[in-house]
Amino acid sequence: MSTEVTERAPEQPAAPEPAWHRRMAAAWARVFEGNLWIILILGVIVCFFTITSGTTFLATGNARNIALDTSEVLLLTIGQTFVLITAGVDLSVGSVLVFSGVVAAKVMVAIAGKPTTTGVVGESATTVVGPSGHVGLAIVAGLLAGLVAGTAWGVFNGWAVSRLKIPPLIVTLGTFGMALGVANLLTNGVAVPDVPTELQSAVGSSDIAGAIPVPVAIAAFCVIVAFFLLHRSRFGRHTFATGSNPEAARRAGIDVSGHLVRVYAISGFLAGLAGMIDLARFDTITPSTHTTDNLNSIAAAAIGGTSLFGGVGTILGGVIAAFIPAVLQNGLVIENIQPFWQQVLVGAIIIVAVYVDQWRRRRRSSK
Amino acid sequence: MTTTPSSEPTVALRGIRKSYGHVDALRGVDLTVYPGQVTALVGDNGAGKSTAVKVLAGAVVPDAGEMRIDGVPERFASPLDARVSGIETVYQDLALAADLDPAANLFLGRETLRGGPLGRWFRFLDFDAMERETEERLRELRIDLGRGSRRAVDALSGGQRQAVAIARAMSWSRKLLILDEPTAALGVQQTEVVFDLIRHVRDRGQAVLVILHNIPQVFEIADRIAVLRLGQTAGEFATADTSMGQVVGLMTGVQVGAHDNGESRLEH
Repeated sequence: MSTEVTERAPEQPAAPEPAWHRRMAAAWARVFEGNLWIILILGVIVCFFTITSGTTFLATGNARNIALDTSEVLLLTIGQTFVLITAGVDLSVGSVLVFSGVVAAKVMVAIAGKPTTTGVVGESATTVVGPSGHVGLAIVAGLLAGLVAGTAWGVFNGWAVSRLKIPPLIVTLGTFGMALGVANLLTNGVAVPDVPTELQSAVGSSDIAGAIPVPVAIAAFCVIVAFFLLHRSRFGRHTFATGSNPEAARRAGIDVSGHLVRVYAISGFLAGLAGMIDLARFDTITPSTHTTDNLNSIAAAAIGGTSLFGGVGTILGGVIAAFIPAVLQNGLVIENIQPFWQQVLVGAIIIVAVYVDQWRRRRRSSK
Repeated sequence: MTTTPSSEPTVALRGIRKSYGHVDALRGVDLTVYPGQVTALVGDNGAGKSTAVKVLAGAVVPDAGEMRIDGVPERFASPLDARVSGIETVYQDLALAADLDPAANLFLGRETLRGGPLGRWFRFLDFDAMERETEERLRELRIDLGRGSRRAVDALSGGQRQAVAIARAMSWSRKLLILDEPTAALGVQQTEVVFDLIRHVRDRGQAVLVILHNIPQVFEIADRIAVLRLGQTAGEFATADTSMGQVVGLMTGVQVGAHDNGESRLEH
């Protein structure tokens, strides 16, 4: 039987590699081969700041700051990576973050009441409700409300993309404005006051095992879960298939519409979670912040090797890349260089990263 | 390679009709496909070949008509229904996820999960099992992708991609394999490879329905030929009982009934 259609590899011996060996090699390749150059860029930046201002930059307190600053964008980047792999995009993440934070803050204040310490002196004590017994309940209810709010925006995004067939760019541009607008309406555009300080002391500024800040631990946990979800589970496989060829996925029996809803819901949920972390860290949330979080998360995912055309991407690449803006910002401040350079450098890295991605794809297609 | 089938047909379509608005794509299609035989579906552009095939693949729901699979009346509402009935289709666009490797494409939508709680609760994939199975199936079909077996399908040649798509359909089909213009983009040698694969499936005792444009190819591969014209069945023959001239005549509508052997139905 003729097999000219194929390329024979006669020099390949029949020695079978052990499965675990192949698995290790594949894992190694996944982590380093695809992300090697992004690790290099981060390494060069870290080395540069270490050499020029070693003691300050390498101090544990500084690493802690960088990790804390990155934790929120990290969560957004994870969600963004899933969405980008489906050949979509989620521009709404920053607004959803703020919206969820505002909802959570409002719920907490409504249940716990205004803390007595902020009461105006002349006012009668009866207008001030702050039974400390309700604070725990208030915080839990607020956090749940925030997460539900974030997920709800995600579900709406996914529904509009998959059922109404509106391009993701347009849908999430719309919800980007809507979520932010409603957050502004709820707060009159100013920071929400009177969030229970217990939230900050319990979550925002506390450590696990005396060293790892809770927000960082939450982000790290999400990274691990997302890694296995994307690269090891059927859900991840269907995510890649949906982005690579939705029609083929549909014909293969994959529920593409439902899958898109779930993917956007994940992005919304993680934006909500980032909002909770933001609220916990600063004990308030201001609608005017986080307006460029969407671009930062897209940038991190793209730099980390996730294709803006769908079908290709890794969790770890985005995670590594998510540290670049914070590291640059931090280092430049320490160096006493105008931190605006961070924007310039990150912008340039995005362009180079996407160019490299396209170049790799072209080379792959033309063999 | 019998020319007079005695067994029960795998597929029998009778009077299938399908309209899109004012356009009648199918105006009464009859089609019989027997197990262990290759049936070629031919017709001019717009004759309704692809639509007819999509009815069998579950991708198009007909407005009227009867479909029997192994003698049992069936109604496919989705491609899944057709697959459950043991029908697999190689679409003209191949329907491969270009960014995934051959194993991932072979198991697309039918992934093997790991045993134990990891698979049951977290839906973890059993990569090793799927890779092994893919290698086995490709070897059985004498398809050697070389290094391409671990790469994205995008990195394969056109012929190799075709082979992956056919291997996928072949390895899941239990009754009927449908191929929509499998040789349209292929050279002579690659076409021979595809034909070998088709014969392989036929020799397993399954039915094969293949859309072809090239009439000499039809006479090379097919045991039976069904001719569509303007959304209707113009004739069904055993290949041995007909000629290229008759088939082309029926496709184009000239030379009507020149060699009508009674099996063809002409409505003019």
